[in-house]
Amino acid sequence: MKLIKAIIKPFKLDDVRESLSEIGVTGITVSEVKGFGRQKGHTELYRGAEYVVDFLPKVKIETVVEDGAVEKVIEAISKAASTGKIGDGKIFVLNVEQAVRIRTGETGDEAL
Amino acid sequence: MNFSSFVNKAALLLGLLLTPVMAQAEAIDTGDTAWILTSTALVLLMTLPGLALFYAGLVRAKNVLSVLMQCFAIACVVSILWVAYGYSLSFGDGGSMNAWIGGLDNAFLANVSRESLSGTLPETVFVMFQMTFAIITPALIVGGFAERMKFSSMMLFSVLWVTLVYFPVCHWVWGGGWLADMGLLDFAGGTVVHVTAGVAALVAAMVMGNRNGFPGTPMMPHNMTMTVTGAGLLWVGWFGFNGGSAVAANGDAGMAMLVTHISAACGALTWAAVEWLKYGKPSALGAVTGMVAGLGTITPASGFVGPMGALVIGLSAGIVCFIMTGFIKRKLKIDDSLDVFPVHGVGGILGTIMAGIFVSAGFGGAGFAEGMTMGSQVGVQLTGVIATFVFTAIVTFIILKLIDALLGLRVTDEEETEGLDINQHDERGYIL
Repeated sequence: MKLIKAIIKPFKLDDVRESLSEIGVTGITVSEVKGFGRQKGHTELYRGAEYVVDFLPKVKIETVVEDGAVEKVIEAISKAASTGKIGDGKIFVLNVEQAVRIRTGETGDEAL
Repeated sequence: MNFSSFVNKAALLLGLLLTPVMAQAEAIDTGDTAWILTSTALVLLMTLPGLALFYAGLVRAKNVLSVLMQCFAIACVVSILWVAYGYSLSFGDGGSMNAWIGGLDNAFLANVSRESLSGTLPETVFVMFQMTFAIITPALIVGGFAERMKFSSMMLFSVLWVTLVYFPVCHWVWGGGWLADMGLLDFAGGTVVHVTAGVAALVAAMVMGNRNGFPGTPMMPHNMTMTVTGAGLLWVGWFGFNGGSAVAANGDAGMAMLVTHISAACGALTWAAVEWLKYGKPSALGAVTGMVAGLGTITPASGFVGPMGALVIGLSAGIVCFIMTGFIKRKLKIDDSLDVFPVHGVGGILGTIMAGIFVSAGFGGAGFAEGMTMGSQVGVQLTGVIATFVFTAIVTFIILKLIDALLGLRVTDEEETEGLDINQHDERGYIL
């Protein structure tokens, strides 16, 4: 099982969600985060004082899938989240040791 | 006695009996009274919640309640002080000291009754109207020490400050004191409200020191929607502030409202335009700040200038206050957190001086007083400004130093980081 963690631009969330549904991903967790990579911040004005705001709003999507699905998921997210401009985001893949469905107690791939 | 003689005597007797009632009915003007009752409500609305929201939106979320609480608390305590001795000191007769301060004859409104009059108003209405001015002035100072002052110290400061600065200056200008005698033109509080509050805020910022992290750390307004809402209430409320200062429902009130409105609109557009030219985008904060600058600047002149004067005053306010804001914060690095001095203080100074110029009938103003020229009037205006400035600065400084010795002025560094809402009030502004 692998945890796929993707940081994307907030307005791309709906596209990514649809795209993941289409390939059969059944559950995701979404959080609103801030961050920066190569995309520079922007300036905000406060009565003539300019402040550079480094952190940009992003959305983090996490989903745990069976090993065989990883390539499909990465492709689906990449396609849906891409705009071609700096700041599109990144995808990370982490190993998952165990998964449990709380209601039934199922473990492993059955829990996903 | 024959019939006609009887009628004459009866008529005379009736007339004498009715005289007190008729004299009272003639002395109270119901139009004036209705307008000033309304203006009182408008001016209180400027503080609660106009200014409270305007300021609260400008600070960081962790301090939103502290600002609202400070405005509310000041409104409450100053109301009590006004009744206790403020009205008497500001507008009473000080006898031999009357040039400087009133007396305590009217402490606890001893001589104010349902029947007593102030001009064409019931005196109670005048008491209330002036009270709202006494309330908003210390509330304005909150902007200078926002996000770092202890609540207890702030309360003590407000009590001492209204007593030792506001009541005397109010008496000098409006209560028959020395500046009134000199013929100072301050219709609605350029010196009494804006210069005093502005100078006090600047002194407080300097004595207390800058907020931790200033000027490098961004301390952005946490809720501009709140600030713009407050700004709307201030604009409309100011019609009572300036229009009501005519203390009558007449042409002066009408003109005051008109020029106030023009200056607000002009100030807002000017500041936004300067931002647009300088930074490429006009901001909502710039627009409402320019509006406040325009309103503060027209305040002393509102009863004396005409629409053309108002245009110039609004335009000047937008530019001068914009420049001064940058100068105080970025050049002098003084953390007058919500820019009270550059907007209200400088606005009050500018407007008071310009009142002496644009009162001229040639500019559509009300015309110079008997025996005055533009030169002599501007001289009086400058005297008023300088005296108010110096007196306020010195007395505010002393009060702050005293309170620092007694209670301490600032919260601790940890408290400042945590946010005043939690450590001063055990509350959160938002539970999201």
